Amino acid sequence: MALLEAHEISKRFGRITALDTISIDADSGEAIGLIGPNGAGKTTLFNCLLGILRPDSGSVVFDGVRLDHLPTHRRSRLGLARTFQRMELFTGMTVREHLFVAGEAATRSARHWWDVRGWPWWWQSVSPDERSQADETISLLGLDDVADTVVEALTLGQGRLVELGRALASRPRLLMLDEPSSGLDANETAALAGVLRRVREEHGTTIVLVEHDLHMVSQVVDRVIVLVLGRLVAEGTMEEVMASPMVRDAYLGAS
Amino acid sequence: MSHFLAYALPGIPYGCVFALLAVGLVLTYNTTGVLNLAFGAQAYVSALAFYVAIGAGFGRWWSFVLAVLLLSAALGLVLERSLFRFVRSAPVVVGIVSALGLLIAIPGITVLVFGSGERLKPPALLLDPVRVYAHLGSVPLNGIEISTTAVTVLTALGLAALYRLTPLGLQMRAVVESPRLAELEGVNSARVSSVSWVLSSLLAGLAGVMLAPLYAQLSVLDFTGLLVGALAAAAAGGFTSLPLTLAGGIALGIAQQVIGAYLPSGSVLANGLEPSLPFLVLIVLLVALPGFRRKRELSDPMASCDPPAAPLAASLRTGSLNRAVRIGGLLLAVAFLASALTWVSGVWLFVVTEGIVLSVIFLSVTVLTGMSGQISLCQATFAGVGAFAAGQLGDHLGLSVFAGIAVGAVLAAALGALIAVPTLRMGAMALAVATLAFALLADNILFPLGWVGNGAAGVTVARPQLGPISFQNPKAFFVLALVVLVVCAAAVHFTRRGTAGRFLAAMDGSSTGAAATGVNVSGMRVAVFAFSAAIAGAGGALYGSLLTNVSSNDFVYELSLVFVVIVVTTGARTIEGAIQAGMAYAVIQQLLTYLPSRFAALLPVVFGLGALTYARHPEGAVEFQKRLWTRRLLGLLGRAGPDNAATEPGAGGAGAGAGAGAGAGAGAGGAEDARALGAL
Repeated sequence: MALLEAHEISKRFGRITALDTISIDADSGEAIGLIGPNGAGKTTLFNCLLGILRPDSGSVVFDGVRLDHLPTHRRSRLGLARTFQRMELFTGMTVREHLFVAGEAATRSARHWWDVRGWPWWWQSVSPDERSQADETISLLGLDDVADTVVEALTLGQGRLVELGRALASRPRLLMLDEPSSGLDANETAALAGVLRRVREEHGTTIVLVEHDLHMVSQVVDRVIVLVLGRLVAEGTMEEVMASPMVRDAYLGAS
Repeated sequence: MSHFLAYALPGIPYGCVFALLAVGLVLTYNTTGVLNLAFGAQAYVSALAFYVAIGAGFGRWWSFVLAVLLLSAALGLVLERSLFRFVRSAPVVVGIVSALGLLIAIPGITVLVFGSGERLKPPALLLDPVRVYAHLGSVPLNGIEISTTAVTVLTALGLAALYRLTPLGLQMRAVVESPRLAELEGVNSARVSSVSWVLSSLLAGLAGVMLAPLYAQLSVLDFTGLLVGALAAAAAGGFTSLPLTLAGGIALGIAQQVIGAYLPSGSVLANGLEPSLPFLVLIVLLVALPGFRRKRELSDPMASCDPPAAPLAASLRTGSLNRAVRIGGLLLAVAFLASALTWVSGVWLFVVTEGIVLSVIFLSVTVLTGMSGQISLCQATFAGVGAFAAGQLGDHLGLSVFAGIAVGAVLAAALGALIAVPTLRMGAMALAVATLAFALLADNILFPLGWVGNGAAGVTVARPQLGPISFQNPKAFFVLALVVLVVCAAAVHFTRRGTAGRFLAAMDGSSTGAAATGVNVSGMRVAVFAFSAAIAGAGGALYGSLLTNVSSNDFVYELSLVFVVIVVTTGARTIEGAIQAGMAYAVIQQLLTYLPSRFAALLPVVFGLGALTYARHPEGAVEFQKRLWTRRLLGLLGRAGPDNAATEPGAGGAGAGAGAGAGAGAGAGGAEDARALGAL
C-alpha cells in the first residue's frame, strides 16, 4: 500500500483554480520530483497535504490514516515534514534550538491536542540523547560553524539547510522539500543532493521534491510528476516526462 | 419614523466623532503601517491648546492656526523624525508599543505643561454649538450637529481623493509596504513618511478642536475613550475602506442613541448596552471579519537589508552579564531582605512590598509578550479578576485569602483561555485591539457589578492568617509577597528553559513553521494566555490583600497599557526585567509624592517615553544599557576585544562578542559574534 495517497485534491483561490483534481501516490521509500512552471500549484499542493490550507475537495490518506480533518501539527507528528520556499525559520533562535524544537515536538508532546496534559514536560531541558541527535543532523548538513548562531544572521543558503535540518530532526517518514536548492551554489546543490540520497538510504524516508534545478531532481528522484496551472499533465521517469510534447510545450517551451 | 429620526439625529454628531477619528486612524494605518492608538491623545493636545489660546485672548481663527496648523503639524513631524521612522520596517508589536507609549505619555505631558485645572465649556471653532440653524422635518439641527457632520464628510472626501487620485497618495501606499523598494523607484521615502505623519497629525488636531464642544468640559479621558468607537468604525471598513469607515462610525453613533431611547430607561440592559456598544461591535467585527486579523503580517521584501536586531532572549546575553546578574542579584536580594526586615520605615516597606506584588503581575507580561511575542492589553483586568475573586470569596464564603489567591488565579486563567480562543487566528495588531476592547468592556460592565468589583465602593480583601502568623504585620506580608514572587518567577523560569519555552519562542518566530514542525500552535497559545492570566490573577489577589480594599478604579484599562509599556522598557524577556519594572514603578511613584502634585503626571511620562526606545532597543532600554555596560566594564578589565562592537547593530566593528572568551559564555558569545558579522 502506498504511504501517501492524495485523491482528487482541488483548491481554488477566487476564480483561479490552483489545483484541479490532483491525485498522487507515494510509496514508502520512494523519491518523487514535483516540477512545473511557477504558479503550477506545487506549493499549494504541499500546503494542502500538510493542512496549512484546506482543499476544497479531495482527501489525503497517510499510512492508512485519513488526514482531512487533522490540524497541521498532528499531521507533522504522524511523520510529515516540509521545508518552505519562503523560509519560515524561527527568528531569534539558534540553529541548534531549531533542531531541539523539532525533535521535542516529534517525540515529547502528548498526542492529544491539549498539550498541557503532560505538564511536567514544560520544564524538561534537552536530554543528552537529543543533543547528540541534533549534533548529528548539524554535521550531516555541514552547519557546525553556525550551530549556535541566530538564524537571522545566516545566508539564504544556510537558512535553507536549517529548514531541511529542522524537517529531518522530526524524523519524518515523508519529507516534502520546496525548492531547497534556490539560494545555493552549484557545489552546495550537489552536496544537498548527496544529503537527500543519504537520508533516504539510511532512514527509508519518502521524499517529494519541488525543484526548478532539473539536474538536481534527476540525481535524487525515481519518478517525476509535472503540474501545469493546477493540472497534472505528465507522470513517469525523467526521460519519459521530458519526452512528452505537452511538458515541452508548457514547461520547457522557451528553451 | 419621525420618532426614530428624533432619536437618530442626535446620534449623528457622535457618529461623526467616531468617523472622524476612525478616518484618521485608517489613513495613518494605511500610509505609515502604525495603528496609532495615541490618535485620541493627539486630538486632545490640539483641543487643549485651542482652549488655552482662546483663553489667552487670541481669536478663534488665530487659535486654530496655532493649535492645529502649527502645533499638530509640528507634533506629527517630531514624532515621525524621532520615533515612527524607526518603526516602519519593524515588527508589528513595535508599532503598537510605540503608540501605547505616546498614549500614556501625552496626557501626562499636557498636565506638566498646562496644569490640570478644570476646563469648562470648550469653545467651538465653527457655528454656535447649541443654536438651531435648520430643521430636518420637525427635528431641529444645532450648530454642533451641522459642523461636525460637514467637517467629517468633507475631510473624508478630501482624504479619499488625495489617497486614491494623487501621486502623493500612491507614494504613501508604496512607502508603507517597503520604504526601500519605493526609494529604488525614485520616491523620497523619508519625505513621504513625514508628510503622512504631518497630515495625520493635522487630522487629529482638527478632530480634537471639532469634538471639544460636545463635552461640558475638556477631559483627556473623553478623547482617549473615543478610541474604541473609532476602532469599531475602522473595523467596519476593514481598516482600509474610507467610505465604509465613515458609514460605520455614523451608524454606530446612531445605534447608540437609538438603543438608549428605545430600551426602558434605567434598566440593566440599557445602562450596560449603551456605553458598551462600541466594544461589542468591535469585538464582533474583529472575530467575524477575516481581513484585519492577519493584516500587516506581510513583511517588507527588503527587510533583510537591515541588520538583525539585538538578540532578545536572555540566553543570548554574554555569560559575564548572566553571571553578574545571578551573583549581583542574589547579593542585592539578601541585602534588600535584611534591610526591609530591620531598618526600613513603614512607608517604604509598603512601597517595596507593593513593588514586589507589582513584579508578580508584571511577570504575566514577561510570559506573554517576552516568551511568546503575543500582546495583551487586558492584564490589569486579569489582575482585577484575581483580586475581586479573593475578596468576594472571603466576604461571602469566609474563604482564606490563600485559597482566594489560588481561586483568583484559576478564574483569571479560565478567562484568559476564554479570550484566547476567539482571538487564536489574530495577528498582533488585531489581538492588541481585541484585548483592549475586552479590558474596556470589563471596566464598564463587569467590574461595576455588585458581585464582582462592587463599583466605586470596592471589595475588601483581608490580610491572610496562617496559624499563629498574622500577615497584618507589614513585615510578614512583605515576606509572603516575596515568596509568591519567587514561586511565580520559578514557574516562568522553568517554562522558558524547557520545551514549552522553546515551543513558544518558535511560535513567535514563525507560527506556520512551528505548526509544520509539530508544535500545537493553537493549544500553546491558549495555554500561554491562561498561564499569563493566572500569574496576573494571583498577583492581583495579592495586590488586593496588600491594599485591603480594591475597586474597579485600581484595575482600569490604562493600567494594562502601562504594564506592557513598562515591562518592554525594562526588558520583556527576562525575569529581572519584570522585577525591575515593578520596583521602579512603586519607588518612582512614591518619590513623586514628595514633589508638587502636578508632577504625579511624571510617572506615565517617564514610562511612556521609555517605551519609545522600544523601536530601537526591542530587548528593552534597561537591558540594552546593562549589556552595554557589561561590555565597557569587560573592556576596561582588558578581558575582551574592542568594546564598541555588537552593542549597536550596524555600528560595525569586527571584534564583537565581548565575553566570548569568558569560559562558560562561549556559546552565547558565538551567537553575538555572528550577529555582529551579520550587521556588517
